[in-house]
Amino acid sequence: MTVSVSPNKISNEAKPYLNPYLAGGLLGVVLFLAFFITGNGLGASGGLNRIVVFFEDLIVPEHVDRVPYLITLAGGNKNPLDDWIVFMIAGTLIGGFISGLIHRRVRWEVGKGPQISVRTRLLMAFIGGSLMGYGARFARGCTSGQALSGGATLSVGSWAFMFAVFGGGYALAYFVRKLWN
Amino acid sequence: MAPFPLEELFGYIGANFIYVLIGVAFGAVLEMAGFGSSPKLAAQFYFKEQTVLKVMFTGIIVAMTLIFWATGLGWLDYNRVWVNPTYLWPGIVGGLIMGFGFIIGGYCPGTSLVAVSTLKVDGMFFTLGVLSGIFVFGETVGNIEGFWNSSYMGRLTIPDWLGLSTGTVVLLIILMALFMFWGAEQLERIFGDKKAPPAPKLRLVGAAALCLAAVGLMGLGQPTSVDKWTQIASQKEPLLANREVQIHPAELLGLMTNDQLNLIMLDVRDETDYNLFHVIDARLTPLNQLDTLVQPLLHESANTVVVLMDNNETRSTEAWKTLVANSVPNVYILEGGVNCWLDVFGHEKRQTCATDGAGNDNLRYTFQAALGARQEAAEPEKKEYANLKYTPKVKMQAKKVAKGGGCG
Repeated sequence: MTVSVSPNKISNEAKPYLNPYLAGGLLGVVLFLAFFITGNGLGASGGLNRIVVFFEDLIVPEHVDRVPYLITLAGGNKNPLDDWIVFMIAGTLIGGFISGLIHRRVRWEVGKGPQISVRTRLLMAFIGGSLMGYGARFARGCTSGQALSGGATLSVGSWAFMFAVFGGGYALAYFVRKLWN
Repeated sequence: MAPFPLEELFGYIGANFIYVLIGVAFGAVLEMAGFGSSPKLAAQFYFKEQTVLKVMFTGIIVAMTLIFWATGLGWLDYNRVWVNPTYLWPGIVGGLIMGFGFIIGGYCPGTSLVAVSTLKVDGMFFTLGVLSGIFVFGETVGNIEGFWNSSYMGRLTIPDWLGLSTGTVVLLIILMALFMFWGAEQLERIFGDKKAPPAPKLRLVGAAALCLAAVGLMGLGQPTSVDKWTQIASQKEPLLANREVQIHPAELLGLMTNDQLNLIMLDVRDETDYNLFHVIDARLTPLNQLDTLVQPLLHESANTVVVLMDNNETRSTEAWKTLVANSVPNVYILEGGVNCWLDVFGHEKRQTCATDGAGNDNLRYTFQAALGARQEAAEPEKKEYANLKYTPKVKMQAKKVAKGGGCG
């Protein structure tokens, strides 16, 4: 499915992905262990949020100390990076890289549909990412922290959120089909 | 009982190392599922490949089944597990925005990390987008605060919402997921890659195992406060027997005037007695409403002390067992109850209680009018009683409840 920018003619081809049900089962075990050991579940956007606030605090600490939403993360001497979620996303990067190495999928490329240019794809990735980041803070969590974690612990709000994400995706999919097909 | 106080057990570095390890497992699984590739993720929305749905919902139902078996067996304390609070409409609106972002950008925040780590350039641009979206949100949330904090329902779970048992809900969700998988496979057959390898038969075994586990869960049930107390009784009974948690009225008076504490006094007597007399700021809390207070109490600040009071100590001891069984920290009982309080701060002005707190559970004093906290003894002057002797028993303990999910 992935289209390479500069087709790599490396002899060792990328290995196939895991069966989705098996991958899901493993994901379920990891999610369970995260709850069992730490009580917190999984997450990603919360960590990215703290990285943003860290840089804000570095550049304009007075501003951070005046905005109530930012104070809770980095007010005064508080270091926004001193939180478990930051360590978890560091681990996520490492884990993705290790698995990518083992399965020979670490390579410079742009994943995109066949009909659009690399530049359009990258622009769209940035725009989509901004919406994602904004929406994730708006909904107080992303696919990992809300849908997966809240879904497994039976939070009503997380289930409503999950259906909204799929709903939003399907609602817009037809109009942006050129991007992917 | 899990979850474990990681920092207490392994120190700062050890605890965070565990978080790194969990992250490694998470990242590796996402990568192996193919979530580092945006075309694979986006294919979900064109019916060609239902990988996202299958992985996500399998993950959720497997984790859910394991979690509620662990809580059912008393291995995991559900009270101390983070359950995302429900802010219904902000969640739905945010979810829709994320759905748009997903289909335009091709990732979600977690999967974009995996894309970055496997050098997908679109994943890097996406992640930069996420960071800027987060930045914009942080700077503008002040303008939408009203809506953002609306339709708050607290820790609302599906079993509570539907009034069904946890086991039933788990079974229903598993059946719903299996139905969705069946539908997804039909769609793949129509729209998908015709040369894709057939799905392994083993998945049917897995489905059957999950259904069986859910039925078993319906039989097992979830522990009530009584069950939880039975489990820890041998460990906690000595605290009651050695009178380590029954505090003298003068100690309570000290707590009431201590600005550094968040003192919560729960009066577990009948409404009639409460109306006749109660200590100032004590809340009327019938025993049968105590369970609903557990979650709010667990999420009070770390400097919270809960003091329970009955006319003597009968109902307050029962209440103490309920709260302690539900992992509420820093719970104490007013020694000798309201009767003892009145012995010390009423007209008799005794140094100690007239009785030891046992005996009958009636209010020993009579009042002319139901003045509640406007009675004289409801708010004694601390300096008048500075010479009262008592053994201080309150020792503040850290909270062990999960502070927040991966979204904070």
